[in-house]
Amino acid sequence: MAVIETRNLSYTYPGATKPSISDVSLKVEKGDFVLITGPSGCGKTTLCRCFNGLIPHFYQGELKGEITVAEKDVTKHQTHEMAKHVGLVFQNPENQLFALSIEKDVAFGLENLGFSREEMRKRVDWALNLTGIYDLRERSPHEVSGGQQQRVAIASVLAMQPEIIVLDEPTSFLDPLSAEKIFQVIHELNQTLGMTVVLVEHRLDLTARYANHIIIMDEGKVCSDGETREILSAEETRIIGVGIPKATLLYKLLGNEGMNLGDVTPLSSEEMAKLLLEAFGQR
Amino acid sequence: MIVVEGVRFTYSGGVEALRDVSLTVKDGEFVAIMGQNGAGKTTLVKHFNGLLKPSKGTVRIDGVETTKTSIAKLSRTVGFVFQNPDHQLFSETVEEEIAFALKNFGFEEEVIQKQITWALNLLSLTQYRKTSPFMLSGGERKRVALASVLAWDPQILIMDEPTIGQDHEQKEKLRQFIVQLQAQEKTVVIVTHDVEFVAECNPRVVLMKEGKIVADGKGKDILTNIEALAQSSIVLPQIAQIFTQLAPLGLSRNVIDIYEAKDILLQAWEKRRT
Amino acid sequence: MSVFDGLKFRKVYSPIHNLDPRIKFIYVCAVFVAAILFGSILPLSALFLMQLPFVFLARVQRQWLRSLRGALFLAVFIFFTNFIFSFINAGYVIVASNVEFAAAMTLRFVVLVESFSVFFLTTSPDLLGLALEESHVPYEFSFAFTTAVRFVPVLAEEAQTIMDAQKARGLELEKGNFMKRIRNYIPVLIPLIVSAIRRSLELAEAMESRAWGATKKRTNLYGLTLHKGDFVLLGITMAILVVAVYVLLFVPVPTLTKLFL
Repeated sequence: MAVIETRNLSYTYPGATKPSISDVSLKVEKGDFVLITGPSGCGKTTLCRCFNGLIPHFYQGELKGEITVAEKDVTKHQTHEMAKHVGLVFQNPENQLFALSIEKDVAFGLENLGFSREEMRKRVDWALNLTGIYDLRERSPHEVSGGQQQRVAIASVLAMQPEIIVLDEPTSFLDPLSAEKIFQVIHELNQTLGMTVVLVEHRLDLTARYANHIIIMDEGKVCSDGETREILSAEETRIIGVGIPKATLLYKLLGNEGMNLGDVTPLSSEEMAKLLLEAFGQR
Repeated sequence: MIVVEGVRFTYSGGVEALRDVSLTVKDGEFVAIMGQNGAGKTTLVKHFNGLLKPSKGTVRIDGVETTKTSIAKLSRTVGFVFQNPDHQLFSETVEEEIAFALKNFGFEEEVIQKQITWALNLLSLTQYRKTSPFMLSGGERKRVALASVLAWDPQILIMDEPTIGQDHEQKEKLRQFIVQLQAQEKTVVIVTHDVEFVAECNPRVVLMKEGKIVADGKGKDILTNIEALAQSSIVLPQIAQIFTQLAPLGLSRNVIDIYEAKDILLQAWEKRRT
Repeated sequence: MSVFDGLKFRKVYSPIHNLDPRIKFIYVCAVFVAAILFGSILPLSALFLMQLPFVFLARVQRQWLRSLRGALFLAVFIFFTNFIFSFINAGYVIVASNVEFAAAMTLRFVVLVESFSVFFLTTSPDLLGLALEESHVPYEFSFAFTTAVRFVPVLAEEAQTIMDAQKARGLELEKGNFMKRIRNYIPVLIPLIVSAIRRSLELAEAMESRAWGATKKRTNLYGLTLHKGDFVLLGITMAILVVAVYVLLFVPVPTLTKLFL
């Protein structure tokens, strides 16, 4: 069952001369972990904002085509309605947190939706525990690190218990170790809660291993769309200029020189090391 | 030349950010300063242009102690590109933006015009000369900020987290650009936690942890030193990760470059077949 | 750097800080009203001294003294204005009761200002925000207040970074005459303002994405409940008002002049 489906979706920001995304048709199935990537300016950020209704409701502009998220026509439902089904986590950790204590921030969405205090308390504690920041709940957002702030942002989205969580380059400002922690949290949500995850990222070396579905965009259009291993080992992908994981690239380079390591494209160093050890008869 | 001797630095809030740091960067070197957030990397490089002055110890740029001169004078030699270009951009046109520092440093009008043209050219921004910097994309704004610092041709260039938010191609262009700067014998210091980028550039790497330098050497050696990296909470570059797990094959672990990795593996493969 | 340190919001705990801000506000209003009702120095001194236990219990002596220093300039001005007028009126003669009157007016001013200063010094912003939310102030305003407080340290740090970035391009903020110095701040103000606008846009996106405006009946994770201390303070407040009205109506308050001269 498709939780996100678009058909010939195009969008032009108000005052812009050309569309940011054009003719985008894609489908995301329930429980998918989708990676959306592509060079800067390819339209991935714009696409994210279509998923929860910021486009067209907040940004106005011209939206053409069809988009259905969580079985709702986004153009006909206000952002606050879509918020119950799609959570959006943004790039800058600092600019998503408003309250003076972390748990109040996590409760923000629930307060807006008019939940009772007991229900809010339950959900807030649940979300804080899932993201591993329960001990930080009374601290002020400014006191904690960027990685912890992003986990607060994720918790505040989780508290609303949406079916889909969309993350737009959530680790841009974080160091690789904090980034890894975030990806593990997201992976957990996908595996144990069955949440559909849409992750926009450049760092494929850290994220490709979690995704079962990858969409590559360039200049507002979808260039590749399919199963992660297949797409990342394709020649076209290398040409677009996307940061293919080194493990995958090495696998391809060796393959080109006649060293065949099997059919399963590795996406991480562990997978590649395993293939090499097997090839050399050491397993 | 940058000479740091026994520097200690404590912020006014009482946090001791640098604890007895000594370092020498010769002219023309390319150094990457790495370490966890809070290790003191940015604090250290802010001493190079006088933004911060050591609580103890000395920092000398080309023999002049930073405490004995002004930030403006030091900046003539030490260009500092901050992480967020939006913290610098304020002019109506890209041209004025680049002229800003040149005017501050008292260059003459013809020299200013020449330098602006040169800097725009260097960073492929010529067509934006009369454009407002606020109308440009994120990547272009980053280039404008870089151009405005390079415009006065400083001998030393410091870049704080230059790869943040950059896509694969932009990083590759940056890497090539640094190679160009090196060819011009400029000293380049970058503060970064992007291991893959550093692995591709293979500069001298200085590893910091809790205000001290814990490792200093060739990129290839530092980035494959598991103990040192683990201590500083840094992830190994992916190629190095792979080779670490290939211990049973008896291959060298000192590999960060993908092409070198390919050659080593192909050689080992040939050997095995014979 | 140190200028911005004072703007960092720190959570403080003291019996006074934990009091319900609404009750504290009522108390402050009562002091305010009493200060206006009385024009002579003895009752005003009593009102002034009454604030001291609060200041010491909340351990905000240093900040309180600093705010007193701030009020000093105006206080001196008020004293001299009053004094000079009455001096002229009395035919250029220094009359003791006039001096006392001027002092009383000054003290009234100080009590009015300080009562609010004590309120803000002993109430942390998060409790204040919560009090705003609990009283029937439209949510937009209390939200604007807490968001502003939340971002003050962020903006302060950003201002410092921007200054550093421009100094690294040769900007010398201390040099030049008055006009030049003001112009020197343009390269600092513009990036700060642009960044603030960008930040507001990002915040608005985040708010929308978390169902802002979904219902008119917004709920609250926290609630303010009244405790023993709040009732004690409420009692004190009533007592002040009752005593004040009683004294005003039935007790003739002597002036210092009458007492000692």
